[in-house]
Amino acid sequence: MASTVIPTLTRDGQRVTSVKPAALLLTALVAGVLFGFGLALSTMIRPDVVLGFLRFQDMGLMLVMGGGVVVSLIAYQLAPRFLTRPLLGGVFAIRAAALDRPTVVGAAIFGIGWGLCGVCPGPAIAGLGAGSYELGWAIAGIALGALLQGITTKR
Amino acid sequence: MTPAEVVVFPNGVFPHGWLQYLQGGLIIGTGVALLFVLTGMIGGMSTVFSSTWSFVVRRPFFQQPTLVGSRAWRLVYAVGLVAGAALWFMLSQQPARVAVTIPTWQLFIGGLLVGYGARLSQGCTSGHGICGLASLSRPSLVAVCTFMATAILTANVMARFLTTGG
Repeated sequence: MASTVIPTLTRDGQRVTSVKPAALLLTALVAGVLFGFGLALSTMIRPDVVLGFLRFQDMGLMLVMGGGVVVSLIAYQLAPRFLTRPLLGGVFAIRAAALDRPTVVGAAIFGIGWGLCGVCPGPAIAGLGAGSYELGWAIAGIALGALLQGITTKR
Repeated sequence: MTPAEVVVFPNGVFPHGWLQYLQGGLIIGTGVALLFVLTGMIGGMSTVFSSTWSFVVRRPFFQQPTLVGSRAWRLVYAVGLVAGAALWFMLSQQPARVAVTIPTWQLFIGGLLVGYGARLSQGCTSGHGICGLASLSRPSLVAVCTFMATAILTANVMARFLTTGG
């Protein structure tokens, strides 16, 4: 995902107030709670359900992603058109990803891991809240993988 | 050990009903939308694993402004994820904790590939899958198609060799 610093300039170079740290952290907390609740309600925190989807036994995951995309699509597409800046300040970030080799190779490796364990980053973290402590092993693996990626990358 | 047979939709397309999936997806989207409309931030989940390393790893890669500048809210976002699932757990009055039956080695090795791959690709199921598609990003669409393909392939191949794991 596009990592973002708190920006102070808009695209046309106007100085804007950045989001106050307390407001940003509170918003992140509330957004995270909604995200985690949604992941748990939709059973995505259960690796067996995710693996069931990947084995064509349950199409639920498509509805989860579809529902998630539709709501965020509306926000991502409409908010920058109707608001000059985010409601709490700052600027609207643009998700920057390049269509290059690392993106495709990384996605392929990610898929192999996901197909092996049925766990991806969001559900790995959220699942802890439902008492799935075994997911700590997946979190340790993901953290180590992220460390290895950072150490071996040259960009 | 008999290899698990790959049966396509033995119990219908949505054996557990469709409502909870759609509701869950809409709530996830609401969280992502709220973060964007209020703060302009794009909240995929895999970056938190790199940005949190920036607290302890001094290498230049982990000290990039993009990681250091977002590590605080990303960590709080992750704490929110745990709290949100805990809230669901209490409200839904589960009889017991949600236990995971996937073997430890599978969780760890799978996680390792997930972490390395997601960071190399700059996105996971939420980053490319939800935020990327909602941004109408072509690289994200390619990434989603790629990881869906390799995940489906891996899960089906594994089902033939492993007796456990869902």
